[in-house]
Amino acid sequence: MKETSDIQEKTGIFDNPQNVKRLLIVFYASVILLLGVDFIYHKHTIFPWEEYFGFYSVYGFVACVILVIIAKYVLRPLVMRKEDYYD
Amino acid sequence: MINALPPAVILIVGALLVPFLKGKLKNAWMLALPVLSFVNLLAIPLGQHWNFTFLGYDLVFANVDRLSLIFGYIFHLVSFISILYALHVEDDVQNVAGLVYAGAALGVTFAGDFFTLFVFWELLTVSASFLILAQRTPKALGAAFRYFMIHVAGGLCLLAGIILHVQQTGSAAVTFIGLSGLASYLIFIGVGVNCAWPGVHSWLTDAYPEATITGTIFLSAFTTKTAIYLLARTFPGTEALVWIGTAMAAFPIFYAVIENDLRRVLAYSLINQVGFMVVGIGIGTELAINGAVAHAFNDILFKGLLFMTMGAVMYRTGKINATDLGGLYKYMPWTCTFCIVGAASISAFPLFSGFVSKSMVMEAAGQGNLRFVWFVLLFASAGVFHHAGIKIPFFAFFSHDSGLRCKEAPKHMLLAMGIAACLCVFIGTFPQYLYGLLPFATDYQPYTLGHVITQTQLLFFSALAFTLLLLSGIYPAEIRSINIDADWFYRKGGKLFFTAADRTFNNLNQWAEKVFAVRLPERLSRFFREPAFLIQRQGLRMLAAVSGDNRNSEQLEIWLEERNRSGSHPIGIWVLLAVSFLAIMSVLYLFIR
Repeated sequence: MKETSDIQEKTGIFDNPQNVKRLLIVFYASVILLLGVDFIYHKHTIFPWEEYFGFYSVYGFVACVILVIIAKYVLRPLVMRKEDYYD
Repeated sequence: MINALPPAVILIVGALLVPFLKGKLKNAWMLALPVLSFVNLLAIPLGQHWNFTFLGYDLVFANVDRLSLIFGYIFHLVSFISILYALHVEDDVQNVAGLVYAGAALGVTFAGDFFTLFVFWELLTVSASFLILAQRTPKALGAAFRYFMIHVAGGLCLLAGIILHVQQTGSAAVTFIGLSGLASYLIFIGVGVNCAWPGVHSWLTDAYPEATITGTIFLSAFTTKTAIYLLARTFPGTEALVWIGTAMAAFPIFYAVIENDLRRVLAYSLINQVGFMVVGIGIGTELAINGAVAHAFNDILFKGLLFMTMGAVMYRTGKINATDLGGLYKYMPWTCTFCIVGAASISAFPLFSGFVSKSMVMEAAGQGNLRFVWFVLLFASAGVFHHAGIKIPFFAFFSHDSGLRCKEAPKHMLLAMGIAACLCVFIGTFPQYLYGLLPFATDYQPYTLGHVITQTQLLFFSALAFTLLLLSGIYPAEIRSINIDADWFYRKGGKLFFTAADRTFNNLNQWAEKVFAVRLPERLSRFFREPAFLIQRQGLRMLAAVSGDNRNSEQLEIWLEERNRSGSHPIGIWVLLAVSFLAIMSVLYLFIR
């Protein structure tokens, strides 16, 4: 089913490193902006800790860092095997 | 009497005609089937229909209420999309199996009694196995076999529960059971196997990535969702489900981060999403059940969409491992766009479908003051964005240039993905239409300022973590490898059992053959060739050994041998004596008595 022949080489938007840089700058700016929003609106929450400044931002960031660290340094050494392990 | 057919009939009977059709007619017929079946469903009014009495039990072929209807709707919708996506498939095994599988899911959903339900439940297993087998690789063969065995075991557990339940209550009606007593536990576990609960989940992550490209789309929609439907009907508000669902939402995301096969990443994220639904059913409030059902509806669409995009990549490049892919956004821009829509939907971005359903379960957990559960679900929400939301599109379509040059996906695939993507956005933007179909009336408002902002913060900072970890090199590099999971116990354990059984029983067998089939008959036949001579000789030798005098024994043995050859043993006299003795004893016995 492979149809990899006769395909024209294409240049994509991210082949230019400048564009990747621009995207990252926009992304970082929006992240800072989103954190700043916590100053200007009042939350209606169920749990008291949701009202802390930047709770969701910090939780999202820390959760993902912990997720990756555990997956990489705890789970992978435990469960990773060669591709022919079951053969 | 109503002018309609039971809900499962059209797809299943229609599937049987497929092998006799060809070309465009076949395609048209297959596409028409879910449409016809849907129109048929609309013609069935609410209530119970097609009631029969069988061996004193009431069979109900259609139990139509708001809970079964919404599952009926989404099953038809996803059948149509999956068939459209699979139009290029000429293998009738897949075509028939897919349609029968969808029909069986409808059969389970609308079954009003447990006997009817069980028949369709098993049909799900059989038809799904063929969708895996049809890939025709050794890996798929093994996975299909394991899939089948696990589901048969789960099915037997369910059947045992059903029989006990019917014995105890006298009713086979599919209605609230609740956890009390052995029967309910057996049913609970039987359904749990299909729901991919932790520990019995590995059939899903084992088999779905090995199935055919189009088979996986069908598979991702039906088995777990019919289980969710059945849990919502029979075990709402069961606390155990809260904890099972929480575990389901949490553990697969760790696996998904380190998994190389992108369809397997999606399989893990499927378990993660089903976890949210299970928690919702466990909480059991109207909001929570609504949330679980709405999330099942949305998950069928966005998970199907994600599987379709990965299938398209696999169809065009022949590869699915993250290590082999990358940079395809230039060559498959539409597929890439649809993948991003699916990723945004599963991650619950505002304006995408996951946003309007996942939050209902979160809100219900908050209202029930389930703090720990709430924290884990929030963790899982961030995690799902990390692995399904970013990892899938990033490694397939961006990342480094893999050197793969391919065409965009075929038109029918793009159309199927496009329909699913549009529905994801439509439901996310206008949730009231989905809410109108839910089992309970609701005035839930997903679009509050706080919810939009906090969810966006959560997701953007997850993305920030991904970006920084990737740029700093901490993010685990994709490695050609597999990760062992609960299936290790029966794959390696099975081998161990096989080896142990092989050693024990085959050795026993060999020993028994040597002794009973070879040596014993040999000796017996040698003995019975000349029994009298052998007994006398043995007796003679024993006598000589006891007396310590073997001076004459050699002479005697020669004499014995001579007599044996001439056949002059006085056996006849001894036999006559013995028979006479027995006769006298019998007569005496008669008189004494």
